[in-house]
Amino acid sequence: MAGGITTTMEVRQPSESASIIDIAGDVTSASEDVLMNAYGRASGAGVTSLVLNFGGLDYMNSGGIGLLVTLLVRAQRQRQRILAFGLSDHYRQIFELTRLDDAVGIHDTEHEALAAAGAN
Amino acid sequence: MSAEGRTEAEATARADADEEIREELPSGVSPGEAREGARDATSWAKNVSTLEVAKVPEGAVNINVEGKRLASPIQGFGKMWQKTYRVRIPGERVSPTDLIALWKERFPEFWPEGNRFHAPLTGISPGEVALINAALPGGMKLSTGVMVLYADEESFTLMTPQGHMFAGWITFSSIAREGDTVAQAQVLMRASDPIFELGLALGGHRQEDRFWEQTLTALAAHYGHEVEVDTQVVCVDRKRQWRRASNVWHSSAIRSTMYTAGAPLRWLRQKLGRGSAGGKSTA
Repeated sequence: MAGGITTTMEVRQPSESASIIDIAGDVTSASEDVLMNAYGRASGAGVTSLVLNFGGLDYMNSGGIGLLVTLLVRAQRQRQRILAFGLSDHYRQIFELTRLDDAVGIHDTEHEALAAAGAN
Repeated sequence: MSAEGRTEAEATARADADEEIREELPSGVSPGEAREGARDATSWAKNVSTLEVAKVPEGAVNINVEGKRLASPIQGFGKMWQKTYRVRIPGERVSPTDLIALWKERFPEFWPEGNRFHAPLTGISPGEVALINAALPGGMKLSTGVMVLYADEESFTLMTPQGHMFAGWITFSSIAREGDTVAQAQVLMRASDPIFELGLALGGHRQEDRFWEQTLTALAAHYGHEVEVDTQVVCVDRKRQWRRASNVWHSSAIRSTMYTAGAPLRWLRQKLGRGSAGGKSTA
């Protein structure tokens, strides 16, 4: 996956306690700056849940999974939960295989993820 | 050509294409899945609940792999570390993709002496399981293994099972940079249990650094290049996950030690078994 940045991460805040990061494109180790920047924007005061929207995810390698583990550690340090929705069956299986699903709550829709975050 | 004829021709073309794709796919992935799936579909291992070892190579011990679950850094006990080992090789000697192809093919050859990586018969491809005999400080031998989590032309990743020294994965990758080919091994890990955490603090980290530095030195030497390895160690999380202390139950160190200690008993039992079987046949 050589080349320029092929990832975009937009941040939305549907409630005071939850932020959503809309991930689009590729998630690899090269996405570190984009993801951490999005995390910085998403974790304002009072935010206790971060919801990752993988609906626009095109490609993810093991470097990308490593990056999510690092994000998880940073969020846990801030006492924030991480939830996810929009994962295709393929990426859902990868979350299970890498056992990321032990720590990231996976939901089918944004509505369900926000409800689990107590932000609906 | 009739509609029926076209359908038949299309089916034949699809079958031919499938046959071509099939040769490139890891076991368990169908051509249909590859066609309809994500770009990385063929690079990831299929989801498994526990590990299975297809064939135990001579000299390998499969006491700490079969039936174990994979363990990511999330399931580990100790502090979380990211360790990166890197060498630069002149680009005219090898391209990144050629380096990765060779590294996959001859992976065990670059390991330091005293350690053995029993590569899967089908090589480093997604979902394959490899057994490992590793040397620990104090002359202890450890039997463990890894699964190939991910493999493509530019990188491959090995993930550890429960009971391994550490919970996590190692990604081997290569990129072109400023005319050089950079080869990299990056470990993301936590010690699996309190005993391994103590071991890492008492020289285990140094030994692991030396292990991967020697591996990368050997890889660079293969291309006739002598170079010092650039090592970067970052502590990602200083917290220990005490709720994971019970991982010690799966400890490959304890199980390997018990297995080694039980060798005379197994030998005796085998002898007696043979003796009694012989008695029956002559009676």
